Amino acid sequence: MTMPDTTATPDLTPTPGQTVGPFYGYAMPFDHDNELVPPAKAGAVQLHGIVYDGAGAVVPDAILEIWQADENGIVPRANGSLRRDGFTFTGFGRNAVDPEGRFTFSTVNPGATEAGKAPFISVVIFARGLLNRLFTRVYLPEDTEALAADPLLSSLDEDERNRLIATREADGSLRFDIRLQGEDETPFLRFPGHED
Amino acid sequence: MGAQKLSGPDDAAESQQTLSAEIETIETEHKNAVAAGKPAETQPRLNYPPYRSSLLRHPTKDLRHTDPETIELFSPAFGHRDIGNLESDLTVQSGGEPIGERIRVTGRVLDGNGRPVRNQLVEIWQANSAGRYIHKRDQHPAPIDPNFTGVGRTLTGDDGSYSFTTIKPGPYPWKNHHNAWRPAHIHFSLFGSEFTQRMITQMYFPSDPLFALDPIYQSITDQKARDRLVATYDHNITEHEFLMGYNWDIVLTGANRTWMEEDDDA
Repeated sequence: MTMPDTTATPDLTPTPGQTVGPFYGYAMPFDHDNELVPPAKAGAVQLHGIVYDGAGAVVPDAILEIWQADENGIVPRANGSLRRDGFTFTGFGRNAVDPEGRFTFSTVNPGATEAGKAPFISVVIFARGLLNRLFTRVYLPEDTEALAADPLLSSLDEDERNRLIATREADGSLRFDIRLQGEDETPFLRFPGHED
Repeated sequence: MGAQKLSGPDDAAESQQTLSAEIETIETEHKNAVAAGKPAETQPRLNYPPYRSSLLRHPTKDLRHTDPETIELFSPAFGHRDIGNLESDLTVQSGGEPIGERIRVTGRVLDGNGRPVRNQLVEIWQANSAGRYIHKRDQHPAPIDPNFTGVGRTLTGDDGSYSFTTIKPGPYPWKNHHNAWRPAHIHFSLFGSEFTQRMITQMYFPSDPLFALDPIYQSITDQKARDRLVATYDHNITEHEFLMGYNWDIVLTGANRTWMEEDDDA
């Protein structure tokens, strides 16, 4: 299936990022933006948490996006995130935190994209005061064997590792707090091609 | 830096002179580092003290080098059902014409290998011509334009191209320090073919006198990198008796996924 692309021009330097600023609130949110599945749907799972700064204060002006596989580990290819029909799983959600720094998504537990892989939800964070986006992952806590074999988690010390694994609460929801700075800072990711 | 003064965003007490001195010190350090053989920086620093709001909001630990897993090698898909036809023309969204200088901003979204990013979502938002956002947090005493929301969306074409018709935004004051003004800019939100390419940035206009004074723009310490955020005036885009034209191409980080036929057919 793969073929070389002869039109590629190497060494184009990526355009710099900039902060999302304080005024995204009338532009980025859209109806049902945080509902990958309707909250009332059977199997819907709430992913929620709070964003904190380096002083432990909540960050009231952050906006998060998530992107994930469906329950069977299939990578969604359907469009329609911006105008949800209530049936199509697009795998993408967006949520501006509330004045208490709280975010919430209605989604499903992602399945493993390959047998033996630890399922996770991919997250990108934007905020006023944050000069470029940050990536992280929310791992599901259940498959301990897959978690133990995960290359990223294996590269972290135990405290850091635990900060990337969501807590499954009694109601079935996933709790995942994000700390932008400090002792309990969330591990953030740099992918190949991102500046060192 | 010495002892950092943790100014709140609303203090607005420090002078531009203080801020400009900090900006200059950091830029000089970067220039010296490049002269000594270090690579020039291409992205903003997350830790950039002149932007006071960044002090408590930047990670202090190194970002973890991570190989993308399958989900991260794909991106959310958007289609024409997601976007209305008029969303790329910010001058026709209300009952009447917005006030200001009508402009078109057009260019291409490319990946780090120069390949067009096709059929992908581009979102913009901006202040009106008086420098006022339609946002309840914006208290700048400049007029709201009832005919301008400043929000646009479009999908890139097969060649990665996008085009927005809008009004040139005005500069506006903010509270980083006393008499702080942002250079005129348009916020751009971009997706690539992989989630690792997701980015948000700001496009600026040529020769803005506020560039040297602005800690957000200057958080990119290398002049060549900063220049990548500045659109080019292009008379070929300008339309007779109608609008002024600007060109701005956007390059995302390199794509990691092997180039596949499905991308060509998309």
